Amino acid sequence: MSKVISKTCAVIDYGMGNLHSAHGALQKVAPDSHILVTSDPAQILAADHVVLPGVGAIRDCMSEIQRQEIDQVVAEVAKTKPLLGICVGLQAMMTRSEENGGIDCMNMFSGQVRYFGDNLLGDALKDGTNERLKVPHMGWNQVEQIAHPLWQDIKDQSRFYFVHSYFVTADDQSQVKGIGHYGKPFAAAMGQDNVFAVQFHPEKSHKNGLQLLQNFLSWDGQA
Amino acid sequence: MALAKRIIPCLDVDQGRVVKGVNFVGIRDAGDPVEVAKRYDEQGADEITFLDITATHEARGTTVKMVEAIAEHVFIPLTVGGGIREIADIRRMLNAGADKVSINSAAVFNPDFVREASQKFGAQCIVVAIDAKRVAGSGELGDVDNKWEIFTHGGRKPTGIDAVEWAIKMADYGAGEILLTSMDRDGVKTGFDLGVTRAVSDAVNIPVIASGGVGNLEHLAEGVLLGHADAVLAASIFHFGEHTVQEAKQHMSDAGIEMRID
Repeated sequence: MSKVISKTCAVIDYGMGNLHSAHGALQKVAPDSHILVTSDPAQILAADHVVLPGVGAIRDCMSEIQRQEIDQVVAEVAKTKPLLGICVGLQAMMTRSEENGGIDCMNMFSGQVRYFGDNLLGDALKDGTNERLKVPHMGWNQVEQIAHPLWQDIKDQSRFYFVHSYFVTADDQSQVKGIGHYGKPFAAAMGQDNVFAVQFHPEKSHKNGLQLLQNFLSWDGQA
Repeated sequence: MALAKRIIPCLDVDQGRVVKGVNFVGIRDAGDPVEVAKRYDEQGADEITFLDITATHEARGTTVKMVEAIAEHVFIPLTVGGGIREIADIRRMLNAGADKVSINSAAVFNPDFVREASQKFGAQCIVVAIDAKRVAGSGELGDVDNKWEIFTHGGRKPTGIDAVEWAIKMADYGAGEILLTSMDRDGVKTGFDLGVTRAVSDAVNIPVIASGGVGNLEHLAEGVLLGHADAVLAASIFHFGEHTVQEAKQHMSDAGIEMRID
C-alpha cells in the first residue's frame, strides 16, 4: 500500500470547469494533507504535488493557461516536483491539438491530439459489419498499463472513466505509460521523469481512480 | 477489450431528499441521498442520476447541498436533471460537484440554450433529456410507420416535434449525450420502448441512455442488444432491493454485453 507523502497538493485552477471532484477525491485519499485549489503561482510552486486538470475545449483551456501564465508555472513545476495532468490537462501538455481548427499546446510531451472521427468503427460483429463507435468516448474502458509507480496496486487492464472526443498520439513511445483502445489505440497515460498525465478521470473512476491518486500523492517523482 | 455499457440508477429528489420510495434492506432512512448514493456506488453503479423534482426555484438550494454531500463520498460520475433552465443553474450544479446536468423542457423552449451551455461547459457535461411518446405505428421493432413525438410537462404536453429529428438536432447543438425516456413505458415495467431507443441511438453519433419501463434484468440487456443503447437507466428495480446493480451487471455480462465488473 502506498503511503501518502504529500503535505500540500495544489490543484491548479485556471477557470476551466469543476475542480470539486478532483479536490474531493484527493482529500479522500489523503485526509491529513492540505489539498488546495488555486491559481496563485506562489502557492502552486510551494506545494509538494501539483495537479493540472482541465475540461472543455482546448482553445479556451490554452488561452486561459497562457493569459494567467500557468504555462510558465507548470514548466517550473515539471522541473522539480510530481505533476499530474488529467484529461484536457494531459492534452494541454502535448505539442498541438487539432481541436478548434488547430491549437498549439505546451509541448511538454512531443505528440498530437487528434479527433476520433465521425465514422469510428470497433470490433467486427456477427453479421460481418463493425460496431459503430460513438464520439465522445464516454464511459468505463480498460487501460493496458506500462510499468510505472502510479499503477501500483491497480490490476492491469482495470477500467477507468473516460469522456473525450480527442485522443493523444505520442511521438516517443517510451513516454506512453498506458494504452487505451477505442476504434484505435491511443495514449491513456503519458509519463516522463516526475510528470504523469492521464486521459481518463481518476477522480471519477471509483477505487482504481482513488488508488492512482493515492499513488500520486505517495510518489517522489522518480520513475 | 472494449468500452463497457453503463448501468445508471436514477433517483427522484425533492428539496434534497430522495422521494418516491427507496427501501434498501439495512438502511433505515432511505430518504438520505448520501446513503442511497453510497449504496449504489458500492454495488458497482457506473454513474448515478438525480432528478430534481423540487417545485420552487428557491428551494433548490437544498439540492445543491445534497450534491455537495454526495460528491464528497461518491467517486463516480453524477448527473443532476430537473429544473435546469439557465446557465447559472448549470454552474451551480457543476460547482456543487455534479459532473453533468440534464436539460429537458428548457431545450425544447429554447434550443440555443443547449448550444450556449455546451460551448460554455463542454459537451461532456450536457445531457439532453428527451421524453418521447409514440404517435404512429404499432411500436413493434422494425415497423416503418412508427413515429414518436417530444412531450413536455411530464408527458402531458405534445410539441409536434419528431423525437428522432430532435435528437439529431440536439446532438448538432452540442449535447454530449441523450437521455431518452419513453413516456408510454415509464413506470409500466414492461421493458424499454426498443423501437424509439434504436431509432434514436442509430440516428445520432453520441451516446444514448435508455430510460422508462425496466421491470426485470432482461429488459436492461434488451435495451443494449436490441435498442442499441449505450447505457441503461433504471429506478424502481434497484430501489427495493429487488435486484442489486451488481446482479444487473452480471446478467448483462452473461448476455454477452461488455460491462465493468471488478
